[in-house]
Amino acid sequence: MSHNVYIYLGLMAGVTYLIRVLPLTLIRKEFKNPFLKSFLYYVPYVTLSVMTFPAIIEATQTPVAGLAALAVGILLAWRGAGLLKVAVACCAAAFVIELLLVR
Amino acid sequence: MKSMQQNKRQGTRSTNKQAFCQGLRHGLPIGLGYFAVSFSLGIAARNAGLNALQGLLASLLNNASAGEYAGFTVIAAGAAYWEIVLITIVANARYLLMSASLSQKLAPGTPFYHRLLLGYDVTDEIFAISVARPGYLNPFYTYGAMAASMPCWAAGTTLGVIMGNLLPLRVVSALSVALYGMFLAVIVPPARKDKVIAAFIGIGFVSSFLCEVLPYIREISSGTRTILLTVLLSAAAAVFFPINASAKGEAADEP
Repeated sequence: MSHNVYIYLGLMAGVTYLIRVLPLTLIRKEFKNPFLKSFLYYVPYVTLSVMTFPAIIEATQTPVAGLAALAVGILLAWRGAGLLKVAVACCAAAFVIELLLVR
Repeated sequence: MKSMQQNKRQGTRSTNKQAFCQGLRHGLPIGLGYFAVSFSLGIAARNAGLNALQGLLASLLNNASAGEYAGFTVIAAGAAYWEIVLITIVANARYLLMSASLSQKLAPGTPFYHRLLLGYDVTDEIFAISVARPGYLNPFYTYGAMAASMPCWAAGTTLGVIMGNLLPLRVVSALSVALYGMFLAVIVPPARKDKVIAAFIGIGFVSSFLCEVLPYIREISSGTRTILLTVLLSAAAAVFFPINASAKGEAADEP
């Protein structure tokens, strides 16, 4: 039996939206439970750090370029640079290193 | 009395406008990074047999890199419909945690339609900048970021399907670190003030690296690994370093 691509896409979209919207609509109150509060307080930092490394060194053609972007990003963010500045500096670092190392 | 209310309403409106504009500004680098990532996603869509319209629809309706990629592999295989449901749940399950976390950033009594709209684009990046806002989240900030970044995501995918490998690899690979740069801009500044956050960022780096090289564990999909690590490490942090809601939670929220 052949499948319709648009049905596939519709199923993907429906499931993805439900996953995102259910917690936002069902959780209408601030949690009082200290464990839950603390857990959700740490979730963003943990999940973003897990997604950043080692993914950043795999995104570039050579891991060194990714490492350079990581170092530059941490340094600038530590010094209080904003989103745009940090993002652009990371791109520039990766670009320069690849220019030097990748033919 | 009436004019006072009017003033107040105008005040809220200008705050919302400001929030929206700031969101636009912050959404721009996200859009740049999105373009690079979704361009390569478009190539994957093309390889799966999708045309430009289908690639556009997939990205407009899903806004999810790993989820879309996983879906394309199912479509390419011509697998059963329930399989695409299942793989979409697995690939996107981390958004369940992010949405739950984001629900705590909304002021009590935030209207239902804001929740429905915000839920449309809880991506790694939009979530990251939204939780980084001081105090409660003004939904219009997120709408600004969505307005700047969603078209880039959809356009990148479409062009990826149409043009394949036209952008030089060098440019794509440099752009692709933009997203991680933004993650760093979100997690590093709070780590300065909070040693526990700093420690758990380090632990997150190391453990996610270990998960990728250790036998057996590396067979698990990266989406599932992200969820497992997030739950385990956040729970450990919550058990050993519970936040003092009145003191620390608010201190970290201060601009």
